[in-house]
Amino acid sequence: MQTLIKGGRIIDPARGIDAAGDLLIDSGTIAGIEPGGSIEPDGDHCQFIDARGKWVCPGLVDMHVHFRQPGEEYKETIATGSRAAAAGGFTAVCTMPNTSPVNDCAEVTRFIIEQAEAAGLVRVYPAAAISRGLEGRQLCEFGELAAAGAVAVTDDGRPVSDPLLMRRALEYSSAFGLRVISHCEELELSAGGAMNEGALATAMGLPGIPCAAESIMVMRDISLARLTEVAVHIAHVSTAESVAAIRRAKEEGIPVTAETAPHYFSLTEKAVEGYDTHAKMNPPLRCEQDRLAVCEALADGTIDAIATDHAPHSELEKLVEFQLAANGVVGLETSLPLGLKLVAGGLLSPLQLIERMSAAPARILGLPSGLRKGMAADIVIIDPEVEFTVSAAGFRSKGRNTPFEGWSLRGRAVLTMVGGKTVYRDAGFGQ
Amino acid sequence: MQFARKDILDMESLSVEEIRLILDTAESMKEISRRPIKKVPTLRGKTVILFFYEPSTRTRMSFDIAAKRLSADSLSISASTSSLVKGETLLDTARNLEAMHPDIVILRHSRAGAPHFLARHLKSSVINAGDGIHAHPTQALLDMMTVREKKGTLEGLKIAIVGDIAHSRVARSNCAGFTKMGSQVVVCGPPTMMPTGIESLGVSVAPDIDTAIEGADIIMMLRIQKERQKGFLMATEREYSRFFGLTPERLEKARPDVLIMHPGPMNRGVEIAPEVADGPYSIILDQVTNGVAVRMALLFLVAGGARHADVD
Repeated sequence: MQTLIKGGRIIDPARGIDAAGDLLIDSGTIAGIEPGGSIEPDGDHCQFIDARGKWVCPGLVDMHVHFRQPGEEYKETIATGSRAAAAGGFTAVCTMPNTSPVNDCAEVTRFIIEQAEAAGLVRVYPAAAISRGLEGRQLCEFGELAAAGAVAVTDDGRPVSDPLLMRRALEYSSAFGLRVISHCEELELSAGGAMNEGALATAMGLPGIPCAAESIMVMRDISLARLTEVAVHIAHVSTAESVAAIRRAKEEGIPVTAETAPHYFSLTEKAVEGYDTHAKMNPPLRCEQDRLAVCEALADGTIDAIATDHAPHSELEKLVEFQLAANGVVGLETSLPLGLKLVAGGLLSPLQLIERMSAAPARILGLPSGLRKGMAADIVIIDPEVEFTVSAAGFRSKGRNTPFEGWSLRGRAVLTMVGGKTVYRDAGFGQ
Repeated sequence: MQFARKDILDMESLSVEEIRLILDTAESMKEISRRPIKKVPTLRGKTVILFFYEPSTRTRMSFDIAAKRLSADSLSISASTSSLVKGETLLDTARNLEAMHPDIVILRHSRAGAPHFLARHLKSSVINAGDGIHAHPTQALLDMMTVREKKGTLEGLKIAIVGDIAHSRVARSNCAGFTKMGSQVVVCGPPTMMPTGIESLGVSVAPDIDTAIEGADIIMMLRIQKERQKGFLMATEREYSRFFGLTPERLEKARPDVLIMHPGPMNRGVEIAPEVADGPYSIILDQVTNGVAVRMALLFLVAGGARHADVD
């Protein structure tokens, strides 16, 4: 069975391609690709997809999601999270280990992979914990976790406060090819904080979280990466200070990579005005100068990847007093359209945006990504022009906690394919 | 003018005209408390719920007395005697209260924005009786009433607020309220207790207490809590009182007609010397008296008093 995607704009950051052309899929793998040319099907049964006016890209990769299973299935399951991912144009995600129980042993890692296979939508790569129970005391069995299918280790949701543990995690991880992802937060500085520290927090009477709570640990981890010569990946970068530290480290050749989330390049702390718990997350939304620094870092490559930090919560956690509300926003179904705003604003080229959302996170996690003959057909077709209004009620995710409700956005995924199988198709697209 | 506001949440949201109307109404209410029979039928048949998640003596009593002097039916619940201890959420508790059709809910809560949250979900009026370190608008209004009563105006006065500004809802609401009415507000305290960006509230920061009280018409001292040693906010109470406390010696350098205020409860000998608290410049008990009048005015206004005055 062949599928021919005809007349699209083929964008493949792995090879730096951005050109009109055709792409042929046969039995789940890419059988032919002709940027700047056309392909004629050689089989009898060929399905055609008219991609004129659309972008044909490698499937997006979200290296930072919380799917809540096991333990908090009322917020999200691996199946509902996978549906949301597919609808957002993602073909692969990396799940954070702060579930209940924590993904700190091979059994939980295998359970996640089994659930993902049963859902049969997107590829789910678990990140396991650095420390047992995320308690920061005992190293997890990285070898067992890697053998079970984990691709990274992190105590995300919490920092690794002990610098010796972080050093050892970097050293030990290198024996098993696991990427170490760091949630940078100095807990003594952020304790009790509910939003960014500054004039707005003062006016709202909310305890603040200073930028230094993040950047101090970013600088620590850069020093440890220099010491150990093992790469560290900095999660959800939110401040100008962190950006500057990462830029300097990269100039010095220290192995560090970084991600930011769409809310940090789209919003500032102003979004929490009126005590809107849907704009509460950790790290918190910062000031305009931080937002601009994050944008600039995405453009010059200081920040490698866009990851959503998709963190679904229910009304139980969000329809409460602001300081008591849980941190986190959903992101899978708004990430690409918000990224496309950066393209529309001239900050990123289409090729750069797709790179930040596919090739870069794949490279950091050691996953395949690209549109090359013989590769699995993990593909997203994007309509860059379609206009729509964000409505959480229509999300595939169980989470409705978005700060982007009611936003008018342009461009989104219209077809997502994993291994040649269509896992999402926009109702208005083709066929 | 008509008072169309459903809720009283913070000083920022009140206009100059609304503040004037509240203070004028409070002045006219004050006389009721001096009568032998301290009760008028104005809010007969109205139900006022005092919903206190946080301990309070002064503010709760003041609201309760205010409601009773206007003949409203008031009842009081606190966190320890409510379903909150059974794990009910704030919203569910409030919705249950609302199902009994109260007219006004007065909320004291340890978290900033809790009254705003309730106001969005309830049809009843909500009055903020203090939310976390955010706002205490009725305290600011009674302070402004007291100052206006003593000085005849709020315009052009210098108000010095001294103490733990970062953790004070009284300071925030007074900064917002007094500056809105044309006073000049100077804040002062240890740098550890000075919140980031306080200048954005339109106030200036004095480097030390002597500078703060120089030429001040009003000195407002804030309560300092011993627990503050925990976050390394201060070294000792002894040192605090030496460098940031209001002593008789310091007061000598102030204006001869200066007035001293304190929202209470006081820590005598820490932020304020006993002889200053009890001295001739002190208007601390006038604040308490006016608290009842301001709260009567607010209950009257949000209950639609001004709107329905002709019907009554």
